[in-house]
Amino acid sequence: MRLQAAGVKLGYGDRLIVDGLDLGIEASTVTTIIGPNGCGKSTLLRALGRLLKPQGGEVLLDGKRIDRIPTREVAKVLGVLPQAPSAPEGLTVADLVARGRHPHQTWYRQWSSDDEGAVAAALDMTGLSDLAERPLEELSGGQRQRAWISMALAQGTDLLLLDEPTTFLDLAHQVEVLELVRHLHEAAGRTVVMVLHDLNLAARYADRLVAMRAGRVVASGTPHEVLTEGLLREVFELDAKVIADPVAGTPLVVPIGPLPRD
Amino acid sequence: MTTLRTSTVSWRVRPRAVALTLTGLVLLALLMALDMRIGEIEMTLPEVLTGTFDVNSAAHFVIMELRLPRALTGALVGAALALSGAIIQSIARNPLASPEILGVTTGASVTVVAGLVLSGSAYGTVSGLLATLGVPALALLGGLLGAAIVYGLAWRRGLDGYRLVLVGIGVAAVFTNVKFWLLTVGDINDTARAMVWISGSLNGRGWEHVVPTALALAVLVPLTLLGTRSLDALRFGDDTVTALGVRVNPARALLILAAVLLAAVATASAGPIAFVALASPQIALRLVRSGRPPLLCSAVVGAVLTTAADLIARTVFSPVELPVGIVTAVLGAPYLIHLIWRSRK
Repeated sequence: MRLQAAGVKLGYGDRLIVDGLDLGIEASTVTTIIGPNGCGKSTLLRALGRLLKPQGGEVLLDGKRIDRIPTREVAKVLGVLPQAPSAPEGLTVADLVARGRHPHQTWYRQWSSDDEGAVAAALDMTGLSDLAERPLEELSGGQRQRAWISMALAQGTDLLLLDEPTTFLDLAHQVEVLELVRHLHEAAGRTVVMVLHDLNLAARYADRLVAMRAGRVVASGTPHEVLTEGLLREVFELDAKVIADPVAGTPLVVPIGPLPRD
Repeated sequence: MTTLRTSTVSWRVRPRAVALTLTGLVLLALLMALDMRIGEIEMTLPEVLTGTFDVNSAAHFVIMELRLPRALTGALVGAALALSGAIIQSIARNPLASPEILGVTTGASVTVVAGLVLSGSAYGTVSGLLATLGVPALALLGGLLGAAIVYGLAWRRGLDGYRLVLVGIGVAAVFTNVKFWLLTVGDINDTARAMVWISGSLNGRGWEHVVPTALALAVLVPLTLLGTRSLDALRFGDDTVTALGVRVNPARALLILAAVLLAAVATASAGPIAFVALASPQIALRLVRSGRPPLLCSAVVGAVLTTAADLIARTVFSPVELPVGIVTAVLGAPYLIHLIWRSRK
């Protein structure tokens, strides 16, 4: 188990969003968390990435409590791409990606040849080498998202948490980003946990799905096990047909309409 | 950005920043020498130089006891204010942030004015040591207290740059009004002295002002430089910075503490000199063309700006000497506007 949440209670201030949740992430898998708005999926991801301190329970990274490992050491193993991240104005792609090397640097080792190599490799893998000197503002949404993923890659971690990496992207760019994620997983055996809104893409690109509702895990397993008509009713209050995706054979959700409220 | 690298050590330097820092230091030495000509006995530049370096010269005593400490106070105070401003602007991600926003200068003003005004003429008759040490000590105390109030009110499960700026502006407004109220109720002689102090003045500054400022800079500059990498990282959103392995709140708190101490010590020495902390980092930023205010370069710009302003304050309306703070505002504002205007094109 690479990453584990054990009885975590999560919230902001007095408002508890997740009350006692257990979840384990196996090594070298792509896990996608799905669920309706406000169900706590981003909150859970933030806790897994130690961006949010649990009010109860614990998060374990490779069996050790994540809050007892120096945050810099965590950053060498675990990369997190937060939802809608913000960068300072005028920053170039190369500068952004170079920032990913932060946990590997010290005041006397500010830019080693390892850093240079890792940044070049990350830019190459996301196909951004030619855009390296461009300011982020000049990129398209898909390119910008790839630049952020590139930064997480330059960090050199084999565990990646991505919070809605496809928001604000058109379908072609969503597929482009998810293909990249799949490539990262298949080529280097990286463990990926992400939050996605699109159920069909989630089913296609994930090994495991975790369905959440109101701060609880309702179901987890392979896309075939999780994405059923019954679950869609229970979790999303959606009346839908689930058929086989004609391209990939994974479950495909065809909505009929919202469940009548009683 | 140029990289200097051996097998174990690698440094990144901006050649432009290095060149500007060195040019600034030469300019600073020249301005200080010009400044030291002025006084009861006017000297020529060669007289100033022999007076500084030749122990047996007639002018040596005057230079060492009066003119050099005054010039040094100006340079050190300017550097400290500018460095403080550079840190705060980077953390608040706001070019309009300055120690004033952190409650340091306004807090110092209130306590000093209160000290001068409320203790009445009794304060004025207190002789020597307490009079010289009293005001700086009051200023230091008020500056730290002001910062503590702003920090306390702005803190809410962490520190947000935007919230800090808003709270800071509010607290500064309250302090400023209390200050004006104190000035209206005070005795006319006390308020006159208070007015000179709150304009920011280098008049009569001696080694007792140089030493604390120099010590503070000697400790805080290296510490701040060690925090440079955190400062770079803190320009990103909190989640991104945490993900990169930076302990956001402790890093930010330490850097703000350094900025507060720098500004408080500077204000204790020379009063709240306006605009240096605000303008110097932005001037340095535009000259170096970096992403955030460069630290050392800002400090040198601050020293040059303050010394140049003092030179003008003492010569333009000679024999009347203006408080330096009046000139820094008049001098810094147009230059900053010019730089912003130019960089817009």
